[in-house]
Amino acid sequence: MKSYLTDGVTVRSWLLTRDHKRIAWLYLTAATFFFFVGGTAALLFRLELLTPHADFFGADNYNKLFTIHGIIMVFFFLIPSIPGVFGNFLIPLMIGAEDVAYPRINLLSWYLYIGGGLLAMAAILLGGVDTGWTFYTPLSSIYLNTYVTLAICGIFINGFSSILTGLNFVTTIHRLRAPGLYWHRLPLFIWSMYATSVIMILGTPVIAITLLLVVAERALHLGIFDPRLGGDPLLFQHLFWAYSHPAVYIMILPSMGVVNEIIACFARKRIFGYSFVAYSSLFIAILGFLVWGHHMFVSGMSMYAGMVFSLLSYLVAVPSAIKVFNWTATLYRGRITLSTPMLYALGFIGLFTMGGLTGIMLAALPVDVHVHDTYFVIAHFHYIMVGGAVMGYLGALHFWWPKMTGRMYPDNWGRLAAAILFFGFNLTFFPQFILGYLGMPRRYHAYPPELQVWNVLSTAGASILGVGYLLPFAYLLWSLRWGARAGPNPWGATGLEWRKTSSPPPTANFEESPVVTEEAYAYE
Amino acid sequence: MNERARGNSILGMWIFIATEIVFFGVLLLSYAIYRWAYPYGFAEASGHTQLLKGTLNTAVLLTSSLTMALAVREASTGRPGKAQSVWLLATAALGAAFLVIKGFEYRAEFAEHLVPGPGFVYPGPLRGQVEIFFKLYFTLTGIHAIHLTIGCLLVLWCARAARAPIEGVGLYWHFVDLVWIFLYPLIYLVKRCG
Amino acid sequence: MKAYLFVFAALMALLGATLGLAFLDLGALNLVAALAIAAAKAALVLLFFMHLRESDGLAWIAVGAGLTWVAILFGLTFVDYGSRPSPRAPVTEIVGPLPGALGESPSDAAPVK
Repeated sequence: MKSYLTDGVTVRSWLLTRDHKRIAWLYLTAATFFFFVGGTAALLFRLELLTPHADFFGADNYNKLFTIHGIIMVFFFLIPSIPGVFGNFLIPLMIGAEDVAYPRINLLSWYLYIGGGLLAMAAILLGGVDTGWTFYTPLSSIYLNTYVTLAICGIFINGFSSILTGLNFVTTIHRLRAPGLYWHRLPLFIWSMYATSVIMILGTPVIAITLLLVVAERALHLGIFDPRLGGDPLLFQHLFWAYSHPAVYIMILPSMGVVNEIIACFARKRIFGYSFVAYSSLFIAILGFLVWGHHMFVSGMSMYAGMVFSLLSYLVAVPSAIKVFNWTATLYRGRITLSTPMLYALGFIGLFTMGGLTGIMLAALPVDVHVHDTYFVIAHFHYIMVGGAVMGYLGALHFWWPKMTGRMYPDNWGRLAAAILFFGFNLTFFPQFILGYLGMPRRYHAYPPELQVWNVLSTAGASILGVGYLLPFAYLLWSLRWGARAGPNPWGATGLEWRKTSSPPPTANFEESPVVTEEAYAYE
Repeated sequence: MNERARGNSILGMWIFIATEIVFFGVLLLSYAIYRWAYPYGFAEASGHTQLLKGTLNTAVLLTSSLTMALAVREASTGRPGKAQSVWLLATAALGAAFLVIKGFEYRAEFAEHLVPGPGFVYPGPLRGQVEIFFKLYFTLTGIHAIHLTIGCLLVLWCARAARAPIEGVGLYWHFVDLVWIFLYPLIYLVKRCG
Repeated sequence: MKAYLFVFAALMALLGATLGLAFLDLGALNLVAALAIAAAKAALVLLFFMHLRESDGLAWIAVGAGLTWVAILFGLTFVDYGSRPSPRAPVTEIVGPLPGALGESPSDAAPVK
């Protein structure tokens, strides 16, 4: 039977596809491109930070580099990647459906992503933006003459990609499940993607209108953030973080979903506390909407509001912790195989925990007063975004690669790359905790000489990370042509995508519509 | 469209409406913050809005919701005839009327130098606060007008294409009306007594 | 059909009411009344014109979720603004930063032209 990969071989059949699996590949290609753009920006500014003085870049260009890194990585990699690639590929398969609820809107989502991305790239190539990915006013709305409007337009359009994807997933999960697939039989990846979709739907409009207001100020003098005219710059910060905090849960929840699938498979056990893990995803989403003020503790926001947001921020750590406990309990007495995906999942658990614990430190007002806007914060969120989200993404790529392509990659190379990445990651970011604690501010191209040793370690780590990321790129591409052919279920995993269809699947996903009769993770 | 696809399309539009609630909600939050901070300025500024045109426009939109509901009702009988087209065209016409009246409003405000920016002129100590009000006014009504224009195009599409998702378009149209229902008192009726 | 006409009549009546009430001086209640009437109109449109009454629970959840999130946005943002030194100034020359917005107290807010 024809697989979805061979069902139409023209470029047109790919660019005008309505097949969720092909759209996943479109996202994968674009996301990989953006990842390397954002990563290059990082390597460049880490190069600059090797010495305490300005070497290659002055302050303005340095500002552009970290802005590009932030915008591309947040909006064009982390937010779209797992939903766009694995959400799209897996959700219909995991629920036994032929496709998502709105296939054409799915394709539109990708084009909006690309369109937004092209505008952002244009802003970069024409001369860059230097506001930081946070676009704080009045710097962004009044004072700068870099390509702020163009970059914002790119992000705005990309936002609609997010909204439509979330809308598609919610409808799909509610209405297209196979017979017998009750909510509590769903793979936990689906619960995670559902929670993620809720955030995408409710959160994204906030930043859409907020950035629109910045553009309105720049272009039409319709600004309300100008303090000289009675406006409040803090209002922008409230509105910006009201999206951007929930956005970080868009970035992490899908990876958490992936980790469930990988751990259950390679420990050969049901996930311990299925309901707790399922509901914790929803609670992370809900509580994540309540904590945005913790980005503003030292901004001039009232101290009382700070206390409220601090307390709420402690609460949001609880469901995340519940997940970590459940994964640990799942691993306990499991029959563990240290395959490549499992290495990424284990790495995720450890690194995410470190990121999460340092988040709790930051939620404490007295601590945050000292480390806000230092490298401590940078380290914290990179432990979560890279140690967590990107590891989850790579784990997903390595776990479902045989299903998506029908090929196996060489597992030894996979494990080597995972080990290199783990080492490189820690070498890059652990010194940054120290740097932040010692007071090095973020977004500075120059620093006191006594901090140099930590910066050198961090840059060394970044180079190793760069190599680590290139390896999968190489051997996965290699496997497309020369990798061993994979059977329908090379890992022996549960789930409709593994047990009821071939690798790669046919366009319509299943030869016959599956009917579900057992719980999820029915291992031995 | 089969039953299931119809259900999906309606559900999809409800979820989209949720995003629009948030979208306008943020604008209303900005309005609320500044009205709370500058109550006198907002009260005075509201007195300079075109109450007659605004009220007329509200009536126009409410009527358009009625005609849209009637159009959707025709569609649900399964045998939509000319009546459906009539109601749809009436809806679009009322939408267009709203935009025309709004255009006259904007023209009047331009003539009174109430358009924010370099051309803004206002006597008295509350000038800055009044300007903030009008910044929010133009942003709110401008974005509303864009949504309304899109709505008119969607309604015309339904009038032409038998397979268009008329229930979904109806929901969108009613939502645009809902936004205006809240904008009306917040813009025109801040302080009309004394 | 009849139901729609009744709803329409109610909507127009509420429009008249909100307009009329605006001309009475009710102080703070003016805003409350205006919003209450708007909410009533909105409820009529939602329940009858948009058929929310006969809709899937999911539609209710979608609307509820949107409104809840907006309520949270309002609530928590006002926790900040409400606990800063009061920015309300009497009619004055100034339009300057909201006192407290830049970390200063109201007495520091000097007139800015």
